[in-house]
Amino acid sequence: MIGIEHYLVVSSILFVLGVLGIFLNRKNVIIILMAIELILLSVNINLVAFSAFLGDLTGQVFAMFVLTVAAGEAAIGLAILVIYFRGRGTIAVDDANRMKG
Amino acid sequence: MEIKLIVFLPLLAALIAGLGQRYIGAKAAKIVTTGALFASCALSWPLFVYFLSLGDLSLNDSASRTMIVPVLDWVKSGDLVFNWELRVDALTAVMLVVVTTVSSLVHLYSWGYMDEDPDQPRFFAYLSLFTFAMLMLVTANNLVQMFFGWEGVGLASYLLIGFWYKKPSANAAAIKAFVVNRVGDLGFMLGIFGLFWLFGTVSIPEILTAAPDKVGSSVGFLGYRVDTMSLLCCLLFIGAMGKSAQLGLHTWLPDAMEGPTPVSALIHAATMVTAGVFMVCRLSPLFETSQFALNVVTIVGATTALFAATVGLVQNDIKRVIAYSTCSQLGYMFFAAGTGAYGAAMFHLFTHAFFKALLFLGAGSVIHAMHHEQDMRYYGGLRKHIPITFWAMMAGTLAITGVGIVGLGGFAGFYSKDAIIEAAFAATGPWHMYAFAIGVFAALLTSFYSWRLIFLTFFGKPRWEQSEHIQHAVHDAHGHDDHGHDAHGHHESHDGTAGYHPHESPWSMLVPLAVLTLGAVFAGFVFHNGFIEAEEGATFWVNSTLAFNAHLMHEMHLVPMWVKLASTVAMLVGLFTAWMMYIRSNDAPARLAANFQPLYKFLLNKWYFDELYNLIFVRPAFWIGRQFWKIGDEGIIDRFGPNGSAWVVQQGSRFAVRMQSGYLYTYALVMLLGLVAAISWFMVQAR
Amino acid sequence: MIHIISFYLFASILLAAAAMVIFSRNPVHSVLWLIVAFFNAAGLMVLVGAEFIAMLLVIVYVGAVAVLFLFVVMMLDIDFAELRSGFSKNLPLGLLLAIVLVVELVLGLGAYRAGAVKLGQAAATTVAASKPNIEAMGALLYSKYIFLFETAGLILLVAMIGAIVLTHRQRKGTRAQNISRQNQRRPQDAVRNVNQPVGQGVEL
Repeated sequence: MIGIEHYLVVSSILFVLGVLGIFLNRKNVIIILMAIELILLSVNINLVAFSAFLGDLTGQVFAMFVLTVAAGEAAIGLAILVIYFRGRGTIAVDDANRMKG
Repeated sequence: MEIKLIVFLPLLAALIAGLGQRYIGAKAAKIVTTGALFASCALSWPLFVYFLSLGDLSLNDSASRTMIVPVLDWVKSGDLVFNWELRVDALTAVMLVVVTTVSSLVHLYSWGYMDEDPDQPRFFAYLSLFTFAMLMLVTANNLVQMFFGWEGVGLASYLLIGFWYKKPSANAAAIKAFVVNRVGDLGFMLGIFGLFWLFGTVSIPEILTAAPDKVGSSVGFLGYRVDTMSLLCCLLFIGAMGKSAQLGLHTWLPDAMEGPTPVSALIHAATMVTAGVFMVCRLSPLFETSQFALNVVTIVGATTALFAATVGLVQNDIKRVIAYSTCSQLGYMFFAAGTGAYGAAMFHLFTHAFFKALLFLGAGSVIHAMHHEQDMRYYGGLRKHIPITFWAMMAGTLAITGVGIVGLGGFAGFYSKDAIIEAAFAATGPWHMYAFAIGVFAALLTSFYSWRLIFLTFFGKPRWEQSEHIQHAVHDAHGHDDHGHDAHGHHESHDGTAGYHPHESPWSMLVPLAVLTLGAVFAGFVFHNGFIEAEEGATFWVNSTLAFNAHLMHEMHLVPMWVKLASTVAMLVGLFTAWMMYIRSNDAPARLAANFQPLYKFLLNKWYFDELYNLIFVRPAFWIGRQFWKIGDEGIIDRFGPNGSAWVVQQGSRFAVRMQSGYLYTYALVMLLGLVAAISWFMVQAR
Repeated sequence: MIHIISFYLFASILLAAAAMVIFSRNPVHSVLWLIVAFFNAAGLMVLVGAEFIAMLLVIVYVGAVAVLFLFVVMMLDIDFAELRSGFSKNLPLGLLLAIVLVVELVLGLGAYRAGAVKLGQAAATTVAASKPNIEAMGALLYSKYIFLFETAGLILLVAMIGAIVLTHRQRKGTRAQNISRQNQRRPQDAVRNVNQPVGQGVEL
């Protein structure tokens, strides 16, 4: 039978894949943003799974809010990216070293 | 009660003038301080007359005549107990009139002398502050209060010498005065500590009564066994040497002439420098217990008298001549004390205050008339231009040289200086003949340089054409009136005046001169009974701590006639020599100087004391300071302390900067690392 | 039976798609793989009974966010040929950390299963299985979580304004109407009466 642990394993692997995506890529910054979306997705799956298996709707409500915030954050993140690109002309991660101390 | 007013009115005035300068203005400050001083003076004279008039009382009654007025409790620390108290006895009364009279006259004089100075309130505040400190000194009933006054006058002296603080030479002179005084103060302090250690108290009457018991005791000092009273008295005398500019600690007095002339008159002629003599006389029963200390006092005093007189012979600055004259006369006072004639020493202090202040203020008047020119080589023939000043200085010179007729009377110095010389002859200490011989010879030198000053300044032809100050004055005057008369060119005056005519001083400067002239002329005649005559002196001085040697005073009048005439003869010889050299001939001084060039240079450079001290003390001190500064402070403390920690921080941050690569994925990796570490730690911990 | 098959199907495609998002060369491909992942996640949620959330996922994530990503990728006009496809030198370390993380998450799950970790009490929001998911969600959202609901709306408003403010460019050289200036115009500023003699021009 499919128990909660199956869903949680899926969610964990998804989470780790997202984290990997953040720092493994050298190609471009959009991948980072997409990896963040993956992380949020994994959290959503987690919340919904728990909500279903505990019979508590709070998890689903929370998942909805997470969704909202993720959408907003994606919008802003992309806006920042657009501006960054306008200024630098490239979105390669390697070149993003302006915070060098 | 009046004694409190006498002492504290100047302090009040100083505070008002000093702190309230901005609010009350210069004029009010001057009026407040001068008024307070005149009030103190008016209250002091009745006290003095009271003590003089106490007349024929038995000696057992003396204790009741001394008044001790408590002011405040001060220290109660175990065995050490002393309070703020004002002691009024005969000795105090003498000093009170001297200090307040001269101070109030100097205040009045400064109205005219410092008229164009922008900092007048500060000046008057300092003058009043000084007077307060001096009054505390003379009314002290315990040694710590006396030391407070001692230090206070040193402070006021520093402030006043360096009054024109924008001049570097004034600053240097002020520091020199303070530092040299400090050396003397060290001796004084050690003496006070020793007295406390020996007697368990710092109260003067108690020490003086207990002193005779300690005669002959000895104490270990620096590994040697020395006589206690001699040691303590010598330490105290070192303090007196510093304050009164005796040989060895005298170097500050000539440089102190950088201050304004009223300051020189008040501090370095009449009051502060006499504090040393006062202290010796106040503690005279103490000194009487140690013949060795008295010998030291005598020798130092006599040698100073000689030294200062020789240096004063060749100085060209009018104030410096009078300064060395002061130093010399102080030497007289000290060897008078050393030979046991304390009354004569105080009498000379009294008369000297008047005629020396007169000489200084008169010199100030001359300087004021000559537009701040102080070099006597640029004076000459001034008696026609400033007659009042001329007669005032004549009176002062007659007083200091001791002009008078034996048996009849004379000016002030005649009584006091001759008393000292005669007492030196009649005394019984081992060095009294040395003191006597020096006293007579120094009288000759005193007469010479005093008359030299008068002749150079007031007689002869005007010589101030080449003076820079006069040139300034003339050009300023010309610049003001004749712009259109440039065709005139320079005033070619063949009389050496360059067209400059000195004018007499304002009345605020002349009135003090007149009052002091009266003192210089009559003080000796009026007061000599109370000070130095055997019977009246005994009854006067019995109301004080002064050890009046009535026997010696009596013997003094029985000396052979040649002794009594010796000082008059010396004075005449000096006068004649000066007249020959400066009136009769034109170039005798120059030829004499050329013939004895090394001696002349030796005297002109003050026996090379300053150079010697510079070599022995000043340069090594600076060298040590530099070592501590460069190597110790900067090299070690700064290097390892603040600079060192800054360097470490810099190095650390240079290392840490490498972590800030700026690459996002590195940051993300590190974040992940931290996350994993945190989770692992929590999991491990939960087990 | 079908339950299990569909679960494993959805799960495996989801994970594969997620991996492809990261390892894909072409960013457009990455976005498309992301969309696939979203769809499969929605499927998983339907399986569990939260169909409202699943539909929300499709509408919002796929319909809005992923499309936005696509827009931006297209707009930025990235030169594909230049992109280096090599992975950072952190790969071994990163993989190691990822494996550690997974192991820990699973271990945590195992602890829960063994009963060592207590879960919070199920609140009084248990729902009867008969009511449709969306009705139950609505009832909860508009009563108990109304404030959070409004705040979520505010967040979206702020995000919208923020995005506009960040990227808005002032074009130079455009002439826009200034309505208030136009409205403030008075007849005496606009019209001037001139009495000009015949045959002569008018000076403006």
